Amino acid sequence: MAPRDASAVTEVVRTGSLAARPVGYRQRWRHLDKSVFLWLFLIGVLLVLVINPLARLFWVSLQHVDTGALTLENYVTAYGRWRYLEALVNSLVLGLSVAVVCTLFGVPMAWAVSRTDMPGKGLVWAAILGTFIVPSYLGAVAWILLAGPNAGWLNRAYMWLTGAAAGPFNIYSMTGLVLIVAAYSFPYMFVFTRSALDMISSEMEDAASTLGAGILRTTLRVTLPLTLPAILAAIIVVFLEAIALFGAPALIALPGRFQVITTMLWQFFEFPPKVQVAAAYSMPLLAITVGLFWLQRRLTGRKGYVAMTGKGGERRPVRLGKWRWVMLGYCLFVTSLSFFLPMVVVLQAAFAKAWGRGFSLDNLTLHNVRFVLVDQPLTKAATLHTFVYGATAAAIALALALCIAYIVQRRLVPFGNALSFLAMAPFVIPGIVLAIGFYAAYTQPPLLLYGTAWILILAFATRFLPIAYANSDAAIRGINPELEDAVRILGGGRLMAIRRVVMPLLKRALAGAFILVFIPATRELSAAIFLYTTGTQVLSVLLFDKSDEGNFEILASIGLILVVITVALVMLGFRLVGRDFMLRRTSA
Amino acid sequence: MTKLTLRNVSRTFGSVVAVDDFSLALAQGEFVALLGPSGCGKTTTLRMIAGLLDPSAGTIEMDGEVISSPGSSLPPEKRGMSMIFQSYAIWPNMTVAENVAFGLQVRRVSRAETRTKVEQILDVVQMRHLRDRYPAELSGGQQQRVALARAIVVQPAVLLLDEPLSNLDANLREEMRYEIRRLHDEFHITTVYVTHDQAEAMVTSDRIAVMNQGRVEQVDEPRALYARPRTRFVAGFIGRTNFLDGEVRDGEVAFDRFAIGLEQFAEAPALSGRVSFSLRPQSIRLLRQRPPASSGSSAIPGHVVQRAYLGEHWDYVVRPADSGLQLRVTARPHEVFEVGETVWLEVDPRQMAHIQ
Ligand SMILES: Nc1ncnc2c1ncn2[C@@H]1O[C@H](COP(=O)(O)OP(=O)(O)OP(=O)(O)O)[C@@H](O)[C@H]1O
Ligand SMILES: [Mg+2]
Repeated sequence: MAPRDASAVTEVVRTGSLAARPVGYRQRWRHLDKSVFLWLFLIGVLLVLVINPLARLFWVSLQHVDTGALTLENYVTAYGRWRYLEALVNSLVLGLSVAVVCTLFGVPMAWAVSRTDMPGKGLVWAAILGTFIVPSYLGAVAWILLAGPNAGWLNRAYMWLTGAAAGPFNIYSMTGLVLIVAAYSFPYMFVFTRSALDMISSEMEDAASTLGAGILRTTLRVTLPLTLPAILAAIIVVFLEAIALFGAPALIALPGRFQVITTMLWQFFEFPPKVQVAAAYSMPLLAITVGLFWLQRRLTGRKGYVAMTGKGGERRPVRLGKWRWVMLGYCLFVTSLSFFLPMVVVLQAAFAKAWGRGFSLDNLTLHNVRFVLVDQPLTKAATLHTFVYGATAAAIALALALCIAYIVQRRLVPFGNALSFLAMAPFVIPGIVLAIGFYAAYTQPPLLLYGTAWILILAFATRFLPIAYANSDAAIRGINPELEDAVRILGGGRLMAIRRVVMPLLKRALAGAFILVFIPATRELSAAIFLYTTGTQVLSVLLFDKSDEGNFEILASIGLILVVITVALVMLGFRLVGRDFMLRRTSA
Repeated sequence: MTKLTLRNVSRTFGSVVAVDDFSLALAQGEFVALLGPSGCGKTTTLRMIAGLLDPSAGTIEMDGEVISSPGSSLPPEKRGMSMIFQSYAIWPNMTVAENVAFGLQVRRVSRAETRTKVEQILDVVQMRHLRDRYPAELSGGQQQRVALARAIVVQPAVLLLDEPLSNLDANLREEMRYEIRRLHDEFHITTVYVTHDQAEAMVTSDRIAVMNQGRVEQVDEPRALYARPRTRFVAGFIGRTNFLDGEVRDGEVAFDRFAIGLEQFAEAPALSGRVSFSLRPQSIRLLRQRPPASSGSSAIPGHVVQRAYLGEHWDYVVRPADSGLQLRVTARPHEVFEVGETVWLEVDPRQMAHIQ
């Protein structure tokens, strides 16, 4: 018969022999959940993917070029010449100018779309989505067609209109570069500001207007300050985007005979590659990025801002009167710079026998696209690589991110926060810095990956791991852990719980996350350019490589294929996951 | 035979002590309820038994083998138990039949046998006609039956239920109580049933363990628990009661302005100094005249302070003469007294439970 109450059992325990028996190793082993080995393995993979390149980057920056001894010489070389320092300064100028221009572009547009009765909002929004879809290096190619000295469309239009002998525009300049980079970064400003504006209720503005303030004053004194944290956060994001960018600066600055950090890094890699100096030279970029992201976190994490996102409240559009047409004109002007004009010239060049001959039927040809996709083995292979590497990288990133998110959420290991920090860390590492780290880590044994496709795949996977992680984390949060507990108590084990319950429930979310990683992986340039070899080109690299030859019809065709791939993936995402799917990646 | 033993089990979350020195032993085939208010550590205890949570101290044994201890615990999948969760945890990606069949598949039961067993158990819970539905297409009560079927079909060594009825409406809840007991009588599975509803515990269980702030207050059969609560918490938590504080002196227990002879109490030898008792409202009789003196009971004069008619019975509040006490008394519908009326309270001291 069972003991009748607690004290009786307590008695048994005090005197009994069972309680004194120590826990033996054999019992521990029998009790051990064997899936723990899988978790440890995956944590190892994460450590290698994220930590190893960074550690090697630091290490290499302190190594003597020839002897491998510890030295600071690389830093002396990297910052010892005015030419090198000038590139640093140029990057800062670029970043700040881009931030200013993005604010001028993005904030009024966000306000117009969110708070006013401006017509054509759908069109503006579509054009902004379109801007997201055009890789900035393709934008740069388009702008060379538009505003290249003399031959550019805008210059020719100006000469035709005024009869002047030369056009005024020269895209190969700092101004030109700022314009291009800003045109492809302002959507961040737009999205950040708009989501902040969407949270402000009209009541707050009404409170100001009842006190006698006009629309302009209300907007400037009430609405704007409330959105300020979001705007500041966006400024940081676009600044960082601008200084870490490689494609557009390389296409514009190199012919324009000036340097920024990223193009300088590229030059350190010209044969023979000076990895050590490049590593040392990339440190400020890394430091600025990490520092500013930390600042950005602080800004958006602040109480006041969060409290404001609490509830939307009722909102009425501000009536602009005839100014609404002015506002629409401004929005169309900006999106023309970023989307409409570039797409027109890219399309024209992609289907032209010679782009300079203009828009006429007899200039039309499918030869370029066919050349890229079918005739030329190199470009054909690159198209295939783009898909295969992108998909493999997305699969790896997603599998790893999902498992790490799972480990963290279910508290399977004690140091979960550190893991999630690691998985998100590549977000603050500029692609180009990551690439140098990968180069430093995997060009010599034991892990000789350089020259194989794996170095590209792993670099892509690492670079976009945060996107996969943020999405996986959100998806797993939505699953009640008791669903898994129910599998386990019925004899299933963790892995079966994941296979039979977690995965089927996450199918759609994971499909969305896969596409969100796949898209940037197909267009990645700044890491790929450092890591590819002759057998492993992808389309973005090819596009950049061919820019020397001046064959813009082929460049435009390659770019167009990239755009079509992206659009197809986005459509697939919409179909699978729903309308909010593109916005998720700005969550990080 | 003892099936499951919890020895001095504790569990802390940071500085929160969720379960504190919990000891309990379940006989084979026994049905024990863990009863207590929200947040007292019931779910935590159950999850430790299931192996979903390690204890911070103490051990849990099944069939004499340690299955949980602070350093190492047998994973839940190797315990041969079943659990019904507070959320039911029916897998939304599987049909009713697939949900129920899952545990059998894991145990590598043949396909044909799985099918017959699933059909049988679905018959038992009256869900066979819904076997191909998905959980999203079921009502709460139906989901609960699926959870029950899924847990029972594998004939677990121990069945754990975590407030399985808390999401149902009152009628269904009452019906399902009996259903659960019926299933237990049919399958005799050793069961731990967590609830904060005393009626549910009373209907279903062989014994009830009352928990408060992570500790076991009392473990007893339902009747004993009601009739002889051992602590103030148990007396107050199980049904309604009156608390009487008194002091033992001169062979009497002196209360506020009245006294009862010590020899009349069931636990007389154990009483000394300051003492407290729980006296159920049903154990007091109200009379117009002083009852004839008898050996068994005491009579105390008083007057009615308040009354409420509840259909099935009267609720009176009576103040003993000159006393500050207010006693609640339950009387049958025809026993009508007016407010202010002088009455006699007839009390049987043997029904007064001595509490700590
Ligand atoms: N994972 C956890 N982390 C921190 N504290 C916890 C955790 N789980 C439970 N607790 C705390 O332990 C105590 C007991 O929780 P438990 O869930 O066991 O209560 P319960 O008796 O099941 O309550 P209810 O009837 O509301 O389900 C509570 O104070 C709770 O806040
Ligand atoms: Mg609970």
